Amino acid sequence: MLKKRIIPCLDVKDGRVVKGINFIDLVDAGDPVEQAKFYSENGADEICFLDISASIEKRETMLSVLKKTAEEVFIPLTVGGGITSIKNIKDSLLAGADKVSINSAAIKNPDIIKNASEHFGSQCIVVAIDVKKIGSSWMVYSHGGTINTNIEALSWLEKTQKLGAGEILLTSMDRDGTKLGFDLHLLKEADKILDIPLIASGGVGTREHFQEGAQIGKADALLAASVFHFNEISILEVKQFLKENNIDVRI
Amino acid sequence: MKKKITIVDYGSGNLLSAKQSFVKVASLSNTDAEVQISSDPRSLNQSSHVVLPGQGAFNTCMGGIQKIPGMREQLNEFVTIKQRPFFGICVGMQLLADVSEENGTHTGFGWIKGKIKKLPSTKIKLPHMGWNNIKIVNKHPLIKPEETDYYFVHSYYFDCLNKQDIVAETKYGINFASIVNKENVYGCQFHPEKSSIQGLNIIEDFINL
Repeated sequence: MLKKRIIPCLDVKDGRVVKGINFIDLVDAGDPVEQAKFYSENGADEICFLDISASIEKRETMLSVLKKTAEEVFIPLTVGGGITSIKNIKDSLLAGADKVSINSAAIKNPDIIKNASEHFGSQCIVVAIDVKKIGSSWMVYSHGGTINTNIEALSWLEKTQKLGAGEILLTSMDRDGTKLGFDLHLLKEADKILDIPLIASGGVGTREHFQEGAQIGKADALLAASVFHFNEISILEVKQFLKENNIDVRI
Repeated sequence: MKKKITIVDYGSGNLLSAKQSFVKVASLSNTDAEVQISSDPRSLNQSSHVVLPGQGAFNTCMGGIQKIPGMREQLNEFVTIKQRPFFGICVGMQLLADVSEENGTHTGFGWIKGKIKKLPSTKIKLPHMGWNNIKIVNKHPLIKPEETDYYFVHSYYFDCLNKQDIVAETKYGINFASIVNKENVYGCQFHPEKSSIQGLNIIEDFINL
């Protein structure tokens, strides 16, 4: 059986983790390599780095982070944040990332999805989509959720899939940080459209939320940040709980 | 004797993580090994082990190999004349087959008999992406993987003609070959270099061949 994946996400700024593990004594808690290694040894199925560096120069440091991580961590590694060109993607993959997630750049120029997936294979192109419910429909936001693009989210999902996205990382901004659980309605609608894997993100607060995301939302993978970083729940606990509830996971 | 492991670079993307995994395994198991990435066919002459990774489409990968003058011949010599250990990963494993149906009909190395076909996609998502378990179908004396989960990313599978060439199978819609072996030729459909400790164990078995 193909397993449901659990993915912790780490925010990295100028080569240092700013939102990450907060509960154990790592020798250097700001070191992305140490944090990735910890999660990898504690049940993570993949690691996601989100680069929130403000400047292009600082993004160079992300490449050295990827290189060092690839020496120590032997599970798939995704990097996102500030990816704007084929060159960015190539540099990230050569530095050791297995997948690259594109968000604002794809909204600005959807053809980057097509070019990138033809170039590198769709399996390494993740399209990240931040959405917010306005009235009765979900709208796509860009630039870290600050700008309403006026693009309707479900039609954007369909379009990115057609252009060759290998996976979708769908974040509900309404739920992000609330610990109220995934937006299951959104996930169900996305599942109707998608033939490619869906990573659910935004709102996890309890083990039950993971279960709902997998069983009701039909997501293929579940991404979370703060619940893991503050050890409110461990990845292993989540997986054991899912297993007890007849969801196949890797333990 | 010092092992010389060559990872063949024919323009198929990220070889760094493959290299790092072999370096890590050699250091953890105290094996005296040199791991190199090379696109020079002559480097195969001095190699004790060759690894053929692969990402993307079958014909793009085969095309990449054929673009390097002498590479195909040297690979053939390494495998069929010198008969040294050879390891294909993902599309690198698929290239071992006679032929592939991906994007038309394309010829492979033919070192292990069979055909590359698309996974039937009714009711399942493609690519087959994520962790899935393997089941040993023909016990191998040297490659002894744990019957646990490994990381897969693929839409095509190796339909082996001779079932005795299949070491392990995985189920996704259908049962397909996830580890193959014939004589000195080995292949994994999943990515051992991305499959945590159990993946590194397979790499260790290979470099000990």
